[in-house]
Amino acid sequence: MADTLRDLAERCTRLLGPESVISDPVRLRTYECDGLTSHRASPGLVVLPETAEQIAAIVRACGEAGVPYVARGSGTGLSGGALPRTDGVLIVTARMRRILDIDIPNQRATVEPGVINLDVTRAARPHGYYFAPDPSSQQICSVGGNVAENSGGAHCLKYGFTAHHILACEIVTPDGEIAELSRDDPGFDLLGVFVGSEGTLGITTKITVRLTRLPETVRTLLAAFDTIGKGGDAVSAIIAAGVVPAAIEMMDALSIEAAEAAVACGYPEGAGAVLVVELDGPDATVEHQFAQVERLCREAGAFEIRVAADDTERALIWKGRKSAFAAMGRISPAYIVQDGVIPRTSLGEVLGRIDALSRESGVRVANVFHAGDGNLHPLVLFDDSVPGAQERAETVSGAILDLCVEHGGSITGEHGVGADKARYMPRMFSDDDLDTMQMVRCGFDPAGLCNPGKVFPTPRLCGEVPGVRKGPHPLVAEGKADLF
Amino acid sequence: MTRPDELPEPPEPGTETVPEVPSAVSMDDLLSDCVHCGFCLPTCPTYVLWGEEMDSPRGRIHLMQQHREGAPLGDAMVRHFDACLGCMACVTACPSGVQYDKLIEVTRAEVEAEHPRTWTERAVRGAIFSLFPYPRRLRALRGPLRAYQRSGVPALVRRSGILERLSPTLAAMERLAPPSQKAPSLPERVAARGGRRATVGMLTGCVQREFFPGVNAATARVLAMEGCDVLIPKRQGCCGALSLHSGRAGEARAFARRTVETFEGVDVIVVNSAGCGSAMKEYETLLADDPAWAARARALAEKTRDLAEFLVELGPRAERHPLPVTVAYHDACHLAHAQGVRSQPRALLAGIPELTVKEIADPEVCCGSAGTYNLLQPVAAAELGDRKAANVAATRADLLVAANPGCSLQIAQALERQGAPLPVAHTAQVLDASLRGHPAATLLAR
Repeated sequence: MADTLRDLAERCTRLLGPESVISDPVRLRTYECDGLTSHRASPGLVVLPETAEQIAAIVRACGEAGVPYVARGSGTGLSGGALPRTDGVLIVTARMRRILDIDIPNQRATVEPGVINLDVTRAARPHGYYFAPDPSSQQICSVGGNVAENSGGAHCLKYGFTAHHILACEIVTPDGEIAELSRDDPGFDLLGVFVGSEGTLGITTKITVRLTRLPETVRTLLAAFDTIGKGGDAVSAIIAAGVVPAAIEMMDALSIEAAEAAVACGYPEGAGAVLVVELDGPDATVEHQFAQVERLCREAGAFEIRVAADDTERALIWKGRKSAFAAMGRISPAYIVQDGVIPRTSLGEVLGRIDALSRESGVRVANVFHAGDGNLHPLVLFDDSVPGAQERAETVSGAILDLCVEHGGSITGEHGVGADKARYMPRMFSDDDLDTMQMVRCGFDPAGLCNPGKVFPTPRLCGEVPGVRKGPHPLVAEGKADLF
Repeated sequence: MTRPDELPEPPEPGTETVPEVPSAVSMDDLLSDCVHCGFCLPTCPTYVLWGEEMDSPRGRIHLMQQHREGAPLGDAMVRHFDACLGCMACVTACPSGVQYDKLIEVTRAEVEAEHPRTWTERAVRGAIFSLFPYPRRLRALRGPLRAYQRSGVPALVRRSGILERLSPTLAAMERLAPPSQKAPSLPERVAARGGRRATVGMLTGCVQREFFPGVNAATARVLAMEGCDVLIPKRQGCCGALSLHSGRAGEARAFARRTVETFEGVDVIVVNSAGCGSAMKEYETLLADDPAWAARARALAEKTRDLAEFLVELGPRAERHPLPVTVAYHDACHLAHAQGVRSQPRALLAGIPELTVKEIADPEVCCGSAGTYNLLQPVAAAELGDRKAANVAATRADLLVAANPGCSLQIAQALERQGAPLPVAHTAQVLDASLRGHPAATLLAR
């Protein structure tokens, strides 16, 4: 294997130049994990290409050598989707960060995959437009990563996920071909298959995104409740009244404490939960609905409501919410960011069960969530210097996902399955379901070299009869792969 | 020649060459604060340039961790630490409160103690650190520099590229050297105008004092016009900022002790150079393990104020005359990121009638000056300078305002290289012109 990687390193150096190939162990290790630090693997080789042609050449070289490869953007993913392979190549798109075109008449922009999410909005804003998907990491996450993970964000309640904002992708297929997938293509919606495939179907090299017109008015309020339950009631009441806010976000006392320590956001003292509600759209509609939301919050028991008077105050309200994950570092040495979905109507019950889980196990759980669409982000806190603490935290974390599935929800809302949740897939899907998905994947990547080990719980590869495994895997038999 | 009164006591050989981690700081605790979220990446100048993990704060912290776990400080690792500008933009961006400033300071000291530098590196560093922290040596250089700048030689030298071949650092120094001007010496005491509101000590700095004497004069006048008795001790030396930010902790401590002594008699020390102010506010940590000095260092750190910070705390009293000019305000990293002073200079500028303040795009990204960085890493520094200059030029301002001598030299030179030269002034000089009722042209003529 070492020889194969060495040959590949030489080949990549010829293709890209020495400044774009990393092969010494100390530097390689800095790429050992993305935003999810509980999974680590030092890549065999890191390459930093700058063009689609270079990526295609690298993918072809990997294919010929039978070496697996993983694409990585800014390395902020939270499911280990960009977890490298020790025996493989990590293809980093951080240097492909040109905004190629801002096409205002057609409300679209074309960017390279390494372009930072927020930079698309920065480029479009002077024209009165923005890029709607807004993950909390939007200041650093890459658009290529957003496509791979079908990333969401606070405002996806009204505007939809990344998938709803991608018009076309140029991709390098696992065959090493450069292909164009477009929303306008007749026939199968291959773009729909590709977005959210977590880097298992190819590597995107150019993305055309939809730009959304900046709303005429944005109004934001912060409502404080003494319990999470009352906050949840307010959310249900708002949705039931037919209001579709741009965002409804909830944070519990523990997450408020962390955010306060990190960014001094000045949320009301003594709050058991805060709700951030943002409405946007035409002036008249927003004014009308805003009054309605304020009233509904009060009726649900809000003890304090703050309305952002200007952009600075709005930014401060959001700052607490957007920094909440990373701010956990202030109150806990380590934590697991969980991502699950439940029907909105089960909010109160599931949160109660999470609280019980936390009390029984002695593991602290902070809750931050996109309340409008039932997307929970429980943050399971632990001290990684205490032996066994991480295992206990992971048990709680897994039990939370069981709760989500049990209530008719999902094991991931927006962070993806990646390396972290592959093992939970059987809790949601039968073997037949998984085999069917696997067959789609094999249609793109018959050799199983493109981000292997992600999404699917067992390392089934193509050429294998779905569902039933008899005898050694064909690739294992040929000596091309190992099953661990 | 230098006079003894300017020299700090040199650290005794062997005693301070391995700067221990100050006891107040546990490297392991500092490292464990990082949760690997990546929010620091887009504000890191070298990540912006090269897009590599090892040249981002997150990656450098990972390298530090590897070093803690036993990986040697090899050439590759040191290269990435050396490439860090120490701009602290990551400290501002970090939601987890990682104290990267402390991490890199300790790491740089470890590098200087453990990593053998090449002969050229040692020579270049030796030259820089035996020149810049010594105002008299800088002054001795001014005469020859002026003669050189007035001759036809600079154009010839630059065309020939001879310095580049000899040493990129030398070439950077040649390019960055400001037009040498006569430095009026300041009296030891400038009396308050009108009723006295405060008595303040003033740090004159090294580069500031020798190459931007007008800034110090303006600072003293502004403070006096705002009702401050200004004490300017003659015997003050370097504050140690350059040494501290370059891993030369022993040298920095010697400078710090000397500065503590010099200013012990005053209630407030006003500093008009961002790098110096930030270093002085760090004295507490720097001297934490020296029982004879720890308390004195803490007291000095608590009394240190940036000029803009102090003037806003004091509140305006003197009349502001109109200055019809559009300025672009540049956030010096050691002011904005290290000291959190952002709104004060803007408020002071906005308080001047008819003056318009323009914001520079990507204000959090360093201009590449970063203490000695533009001398030691000239290529990266020049790229960052070009980016900053383009953003400054895009504001279409008539004047660039910056509060750090290094930034002023760096951006002025980058603007000139791009064929869009712009006058540069310190906040103090703009205020001075307004308080004295001078026309805007005096600022633009610089």
